Amino acid sequence: MNHFPEAWGRPRDDVYGAYNSTYLQTSGPKAHTTSPAVTGTSVLGVKFKGGVVLATDNLASYGSLARFTDVKRLRVFGGKAVVGFGGDVSDMQYIDRLLESIDIRENYSSHGNMLNAKNLHTYLAKVFYKRRSEFNPLWNHILVAGFDADDQPFLSSADLLGTTFSSPHLATGFGAHLAVPILRRKFPDERGIETISREEAIEALKECLKVLFYRDARSLDKYSIAVITQEGIDLREDEQIEGQSWAFAETIRGYGSQTS
Amino acid sequence: MTSIGTGYDLSNSVFSPDGRNFQVEYAVKAVENGGTAIGIRCKGGVVLAVEKIITSKLLKPGANKRIATVDRHVGIVSSGLVPDGRHFVSRARDEASSWRGTYKGPIPISALANRLGGYVQAYTLYSSVRPFGVTSIVGGWDSEAELAVDGQVGTGPKSGAGGKVEGAKVGGPGLFMIEPSGLYWGYYGAATGKGRQAAKAELEKLDLSAEKLSLHDGVKEAARIIYVAHEDSKDKEFELEMTWISSLDGPTQGRHEEVPRELLDEAEKAARRALEGDDEEDEGARGSGEQMEE
Repeated sequence: MNHFPEAWGRPRDDVYGAYNSTYLQTSGPKAHTTSPAVTGTSVLGVKFKGGVVLATDNLASYGSLARFTDVKRLRVFGGKAVVGFGGDVSDMQYIDRLLESIDIRENYSSHGNMLNAKNLHTYLAKVFYKRRSEFNPLWNHILVAGFDADDQPFLSSADLLGTTFSSPHLATGFGAHLAVPILRRKFPDERGIETISREEAIEALKECLKVLFYRDARSLDKYSIAVITQEGIDLREDEQIEGQSWAFAETIRGYGSQTS
Repeated sequence: MTSIGTGYDLSNSVFSPDGRNFQVEYAVKAVENGGTAIGIRCKGGVVLAVEKIITSKLLKPGANKRIATVDRHVGIVSSGLVPDGRHFVSRARDEASSWRGTYKGPIPISALANRLGGYVQAYTLYSSVRPFGVTSIVGGWDSEAELAVDGQVGTGPKSGAGGKVEGAKVGGPGLFMIEPSGLYWGYYGAATGKGRQAAKAELEKLDLSAEKLSLHDGVKEAARIIYVAHEDSKDKEFELEMTWISSLDGPTQGRHEEVPRELLDEAEKAARRALEGDDEEDEGARGSGEQMEE
């Protein structure tokens, strides 16, 4: 038996074979995060007359495992803006702490935190872009909702590459494929946000969340919803998707037990 | 001072044969000329107030704040050299933020006072630096509720004690005063600066250790005490600056904020009235009908 210290506590080569040292490469390129670990799925947002509404489900998945079922992915910033996070949850927590420190610093002055949602979105997009340029991205796709400097409703997205995109209704992740078409049908561009009421916007998001729960295997029927108006933020974090009907599942063919 | 000229006061960190550090004592002298600053630890929070002597008519009223916010739940007011006070606050902010970096939560007031005390004391040890020319009052509120850890996203398991002690009392008001030597104590009421003697006498009358004084009464008393303390330097105009930190269910929800304009005006009015009342009482003795300027 090998009594040298470097062998202490290690599986014996003669029993288990030599350790595959390719896992401990010291040469070659340095790799930061190349994939997210614990992830949140879609974030949905709609502008309406006098505000914005944002919604996410409360799930954090570990791969395909529904690992955490009470994860709140809508974060309030300075009582005036809300950020909805999709993607890596630990990176979301990092950004949340970053925003917390910014809010504390802003409050050193007697004016308080003067940053609006638009400022916040610009800042976060720059953080994402800086990190991707360092090849060490923050693996998120976010929606920022609130008001701009002219007190107009603001909704915009930023992703892990620093790409930004803005629209009266937005969705990240699976929602970009499943929720956006629904929202476009309900709220075509010609309508303008002035004709959309708060209730209509909330109903539309609930409908989208339901469709996503039907079809996105990484989603959950528990969700959070934030309504941002000039009066303040109404954040509800323990909502339940109502009125589900799985009757349509009977007719689906092509997988599981119904292969033909 | 008889020891002046003996050489023991020329360098920082040097003791005199009778065990004194003169540079620190001179720093205390600098504080004794500063505007009066006080802190009151009330039942539902802490009040900080400072007498801001107006050194020029060209200064904008209400600007040039002397009470600073550290983190969200702490305020610092200092008396003495203003730039030293600013540096002190900057250090306090760094400490509070580094605490968050490590523990993902707000720094307790006692821990902040401890770190600041250590920082100030270090400036009495080296000949390359001078002691702080400020005495600072650190006031804050440690949350009585269980706060989420910074960045926390969920609540975890809904069953089991999770290591918690049922019914344990946590949080509450904190008030500390840190002197140029680095000495700090926790206080029910703290006063420093030019009018500290008069202010301390008034604070002692309030029976603060009974912890019965409400926050709103504390605001009124603080305003009155600053006005009383100003009596000795009546020829100079001053501005009253006042902030407070309440409990989570109080008016500031555990945050350090300026006392609202209306309440400040009300407290100032009451303070002037109280002083005028005193003046009338001993008017006969002094034989003058002198009034406070409105």
